Amino acid sequence: MRHIISLLMENEAGALSRVAGLFSARGYNIESLTVAPTEDITLSRMTIVTRGSEEVIEQIVKQLNKLIDVVKILDLSDGSHIERELMLVKVRAFGKDREEMKRMADIFRGRIIDVTEKTYTIELTGPGTKLDAFIEAIDPVAILETVRTGASGIGRGERILKI
Amino acid sequence: MTSDALGIMINDSFEWVAGMELTGAEITVRCLVDEGVELVFGYPGGAVLNIYDEIFKQKGFKHILVRHEQAAVHAADGYARSTGKVGVALVTSGPGLTNAVTGIATAYMDSIPLVVISGQVPTGAIGMDAFQEVDSVGITRPCVKHNFLVKDVRELATTIKKAFHIASTGRPGPVLVDIPKDVTAHKTAYVYPESVVMRSYNAVVKGHSGQIKKAAQMLLEARRPMIYSGGGVVLGNAAKQLTELVRLLGYPCTNTLMGLGAYPATDPQFVGMLGMHGTYEANMAMHNCDVLLAVGARFDDRVIGMPAQFARDSRRIIHIDIDPSTIAKRVKVDVPIVGDVGAVLDELIKLVRASRERMDEPALAEWWKQINEWRARDCLNYDRASEIIKPQYVIEKLWEVTNGDAWVTTDVGQHQMWAAQFYKFDQPRRWITSGGLGTMGFGLPAAMGVQLAHPEATVACITGESSIQMCIQELSTCLQYRTPVKVINLNNRYMGMVRQWQEFFYGNRYAESYMDSLPDFVRLAEAYGHVGMRIEKPADVEPALREAFALKDRLVFMDFITDQSENVFPMVPNGADISEMILAEEL
Ligand SMILES: Cc1ncc(C[n+]2csc(CCOP(=O)(O)OP(=O)(O)O)c2C)c(N)n1
Repeated sequence: MRHIISLLMENEAGALSRVAGLFSARGYNIESLTVAPTEDITLSRMTIVTRGSEEVIEQIVKQLNKLIDVVKILDLSDGSHIERELMLVKVRAFGKDREEMKRMADIFRGRIIDVTEKTYTIELTGPGTKLDAFIEAIDPVAILETVRTGASGIGRGERILKI
Repeated sequence: MTSDALGIMINDSFEWVAGMELTGAEITVRCLVDEGVELVFGYPGGAVLNIYDEIFKQKGFKHILVRHEQAAVHAADGYARSTGKVGVALVTSGPGLTNAVTGIATAYMDSIPLVVISGQVPTGAIGMDAFQEVDSVGITRPCVKHNFLVKDVRELATTIKKAFHIASTGRPGPVLVDIPKDVTAHKTAYVYPESVVMRSYNAVVKGHSGQIKKAAQMLLEARRPMIYSGGGVVLGNAAKQLTELVRLLGYPCTNTLMGLGAYPATDPQFVGMLGMHGTYEANMAMHNCDVLLAVGARFDDRVIGMPAQFARDSRRIIHIDIDPSTIAKRVKVDVPIVGDVGAVLDELIKLVRASRERMDEPALAEWWKQINEWRARDCLNYDRASEIIKPQYVIEKLWEVTNGDAWVTTDVGQHQMWAAQFYKFDQPRRWITSGGLGTMGFGLPAAMGVQLAHPEATVACITGESSIQMCIQELSTCLQYRTPVKVINLNNRYMGMVRQWQEFFYGNRYAESYMDSLPDFVRLAEAYGHVGMRIEKPADVEPALREAFALKDRLVFMDFITDQSENVFPMVPNGADISEMILAEEL
């Protein structure tokens, strides 16, 4: 099962490597990991997307909790939540493809943020599945470069991760 | 200058003045004093010279100069295991730290509270591949409970306080504090915090009352109960409660290798150690019980083998541990209780006493009958008429000669298992062994730490001729500080445990397990200024032990020439089913 885990941790040097080290040392898999400071500069918020059986996920959460720098954890997958990821795609866009690319970007509610005679750079936000769908939808040979941030997530409604 | 009992020169003229700005080095030393540290095991070097200069000027604690940093950490570890206090080691940057890593990992695997202070190159040089620079925080990260790099002298005192707090609370463990050399020179006002509060670390956990009620109920419903306790009971100082509960219930009790001494081994309710080299009765009872109470233990691979096989027999499990990640890690548990083992056991005892329900006496009698049948196999029997010294015999005699009252450290191998099987520990903290990491070289330095913590105590280091050579240099430290440890070297000329596996599983191909060119241990001991003895006949074992232990103020190195072909039984081969246990008589 895919799980998306959010955690708040001390914004200390080395905190990120403790988390990354834990995953590699115990053989847990990481699909994506994002981290940035929060409005409280002493705290960072991390979102980890991982996969594993219920037992493995339980261990992951417990082991993360044991890290001294980790302040609070929430397995977002335990309840309703929203997930977003940002992708930048540079595509070939000339001749008849140029119009087609523009149309695809519109359909996926992407924005063209950089334009040259031969290329577009498209910005796309959404759940990971939507970004996958976009990649599927366009001609693979047209893709020059992609970069994705990995998922960030937040609970719906009253579900709040805060100290 | 005056000199103390150990002949260490002390400068009496040094005094602290309150409110004064102190250097990082002064602060480090002052923190240790204010923390109540009695002994620091260490080795100097460039990055810690400022700290050493302050050590020279103080008399709040004693510094023990080891001969190798690995030994500094093992000695601090032995001190910690035998006292329950935090052990402290001090090493320099680079090679000092890398030498210490084996010691740190050893303590980590067995959850031993240590604070290790390491020097680091100056902050400005970090990352420049400076002389004796290593990424100490990076290297130790996977084998410490936590670590710190102190970049600002103003954070030094709080960091050291945090280190002691983290090391000693919750599930204990080693904490490293890495201090760059310039930080030891910078100055700031000194205040040692009384306590620290960390929003991200809250170690105090009280067991869930509802769960404890369920556990009491389940225990009283049992028809074939078993109580299995581990190192957590020793670390949590809960041996008294465990003993009380076991006696109250009248149930059988087994200890893991790490848990020996938590329940008195000479008590009839004790069925011996369990696991790979555990007794037949302990392992059989563990697998055939219907209700299992696990306290401060972790169902590790050397104890239950493969989880899938263990789970084939159905039993209900109650698991008490301070570390939530230990619960449900390897086996499914019916009643998990996260909390301090002592407090949980107290509550459990109260509930069992108050309960109107009583255990099923006829079922229990039947269960004991079964256990006693298993016991009758006498799985620890060995050839007592042997003409060659049997290692088991040495341990039995050691137990007799020391009235079962010694502090015993070991190295790793067959001798370690025989020590666990044949020295009957009746008290916690007397048995000091590297269980999790299995570190050869641990025994002698650990014994030094134990002896320094308990100067009047009888301390024996049970070792093998291979293991002892991994930290033999500490014989020199033992002379300097007059630690009269008795080294019991079970000399079988082989890395016995390796040889045993090669005999069983590799068709007697003894690849590189023969210890050739051994030193003459008697002369070696003498060269280090100690007493050496060589014992070659069974009849000489007891008199020699009596003679050695009568030499109260001398280290005696006893080289017992033992049977080369002896194996440790019973043995459950790695990954095998409990039913595949090999007993001595079957060979
Ligand atoms: C540092 C280290 N290296 C290797 C091993 C693997 N090992 C486990 S037991 C053993 C043999 C120990 O021989 P000895 O000290 O003579 O004890 P014996 O088994 O003969 O009693 C070895 C090499 C280890 N545990 N630790």
